[in-house]
Amino acid sequence: MASLRTYVIVRTLMTIPIVLILLTLVFIILRVMPGDPITSMVGMKAPPEYIEMLKEKAGLNRPLIVQYFDYLFGILRGDFGRSLIWGERPVLYEIFDHLPATIELTIFGFAVSVIIGLITGTIAGVRSGTKTDNALRIYSILAYATFIPWLGMMFQLIFGVYLKLLPVSGRIEPSLTIDWKPITGLYVLDGILTGRLDITIDALKHLILPSITLGIVLSGAYTRLVRANIIEVLGQDFVRAAKARGLSEIKVLRHVLKNAFIPVLTMMGLQFAILLTGAVLTETTFSWPGMGTFLLERIKYVDYTTIQGTIVFFALFVSIVNLVVDILYALIDPRIRY
Amino acid sequence: MNIVNAILEKLKTMGLLRNSNALFKAGIIIVAGIIILSALAPLLTPYSPIVGTGDELAPPSLKHPMGTNNLGYDMFSRVLYGARTVLTVVVSATLLSMAIGVPLGLISGYYGGKVDRAISIVMDSMYAFPSLILALAIAAVLGASLINAIIAIAVVYVPTYFRMVRGQTLSIKSLLYVEAARALGASDSRIITRYVFPNLLPTVLVVFSMNIADAILTEAGLSFLGFSVPPPTPDWGADLRVGHSFMLAGYWWLVAFPGLMIMLLATGFALIGEGLSDILNPRREAVG
Repeated sequence: MASLRTYVIVRTLMTIPIVLILLTLVFIILRVMPGDPITSMVGMKAPPEYIEMLKEKAGLNRPLIVQYFDYLFGILRGDFGRSLIWGERPVLYEIFDHLPATIELTIFGFAVSVIIGLITGTIAGVRSGTKTDNALRIYSILAYATFIPWLGMMFQLIFGVYLKLLPVSGRIEPSLTIDWKPITGLYVLDGILTGRLDITIDALKHLILPSITLGIVLSGAYTRLVRANIIEVLGQDFVRAAKARGLSEIKVLRHVLKNAFIPVLTMMGLQFAILLTGAVLTETTFSWPGMGTFLLERIKYVDYTTIQGTIVFFALFVSIVNLVVDILYALIDPRIRY
Repeated sequence: MNIVNAILEKLKTMGLLRNSNALFKAGIIIVAGIIILSALAPLLTPYSPIVGTGDELAPPSLKHPMGTNNLGYDMFSRVLYGARTVLTVVVSATLLSMAIGVPLGLISGYYGGKVDRAISIVMDSMYAFPSLILALAIAAVLGASLINAIIAIAVVYVPTYFRMVRGQTLSIKSLLYVEAARALGASDSRIITRYVFPNLLPTVLVVFSMNIADAILTEAGLSFLGFSVPPPTPDWGADLRVGHSFMLAGYWWLVAFPGLMIMLLATGFALIGEGLSDILNPRREAVG
């Protein structure tokens, strides 16, 4: 186990330069690139005094190097700045207001994509070379090429506008949440925790279309990965040995599946960035009050400090998730060591 | 000219010009079809994409095959001209990322050492960042315009080329014929341009077409969120944003067609990439 500990320590230490580089990149993009962010966001027509006022407030008139270290040490202390316009509220509070909505959406979207991916990938792998396999390959390409807002809108049109079966926007029916306080911010869970099953059911109803939209588009990558793994494992000696010993097809398949699903885990880490990108588009399509809609709204209002804080938060979030996934993977697969 | 000949020669020896497969052909047909239709747009529709026809929110009919939008713009015309916008942004952006990412990857992989480690860690960090959010931040700072959308998308995809080229360079540089060239006294720049680079081309081609497919979706995402070409320039993603609220009132044709075009064009390039990788890497039996 000593080598596992080394792995975890080294991998965690490696996250530090990565985070530092990401923070520097964000700084370069937001401050150093040609043009001045406030002017281009406000538009040329705004009075110069207003632009000056915003710049002064955001601390953009100080020397770059001062701004840079101020920014880095601020983040180190957990200070993501304060909103330029919304009563100087700490940005971190606002992020935590919107984060649960995004987490809830990504969990459900992710679950949908993995379930579809595992089923289609297993079928394609077991039947490789057949018409079913080819059809599923085309499916994976089409799923990948689908534009999330478009698929979401088609679902809204069918299930919301025509069939009137499911809500097309928001997380919850507002009338249900009068005198109700969420605990974690994940409404499905909070409904259960507070004994309000009507809230859980309504939250699930609101989740169906967005998470299926997100899940379908992301499932293509899993279809391919699971298929490739199944084919690889099927060709290994232990499968032939198991068959030779007369194990039934179902029992053999169970061993194959167990071995084929391990690499899917690493993929989950890589997919996380794609999942977040998809979540931003899904949120906008379904007026989902998460991090994506929040970021876009603040860009519209030129709330510069909030924009910076939110993007920094995304950078930290992605780095930490990747770290956790890598460590989990090392726990499962003893070959992964330094 | 030397490089062009080298590429053609390489393609011929790879058998690309002879035995292409069904996926590759389907992709070429889709992409070529869309390029031709958008080039012939003035002949195919009498309407301008940015002048109202006076007929607002008209459903699809013989006169307006894809209907008209809330401003009376002919959607068929916007879909055709929109292809020009999308292709301009996406092809320029991916060529730009390739022009930066490929040389960086070659240098990093070939020379190794500290510079390699420094560039690699920057590229890996960028690669891990959600692409649309990165592009969004850049486009928001630069302001919404065609050129800025190209820059934003180009930056996002530099690491894709870098990582692939660096990895390939590492394995190619230890091959026997490269060693031989070095033993014969070939300079580093000669080895890179004459021995390493031509061997990368097949992979670069595959990555390029897959990358265009991805960039189409990123461009659509940027303009759907309002950070690409300003209105009334025809653009599929922007049309989806404008059409969204009208769709909820039942005017489905404002969004259905532009969205289908995004999917079709992205599928076309993805199929070309898939087909190419089948041809170059025939372990996996081809479809059809």
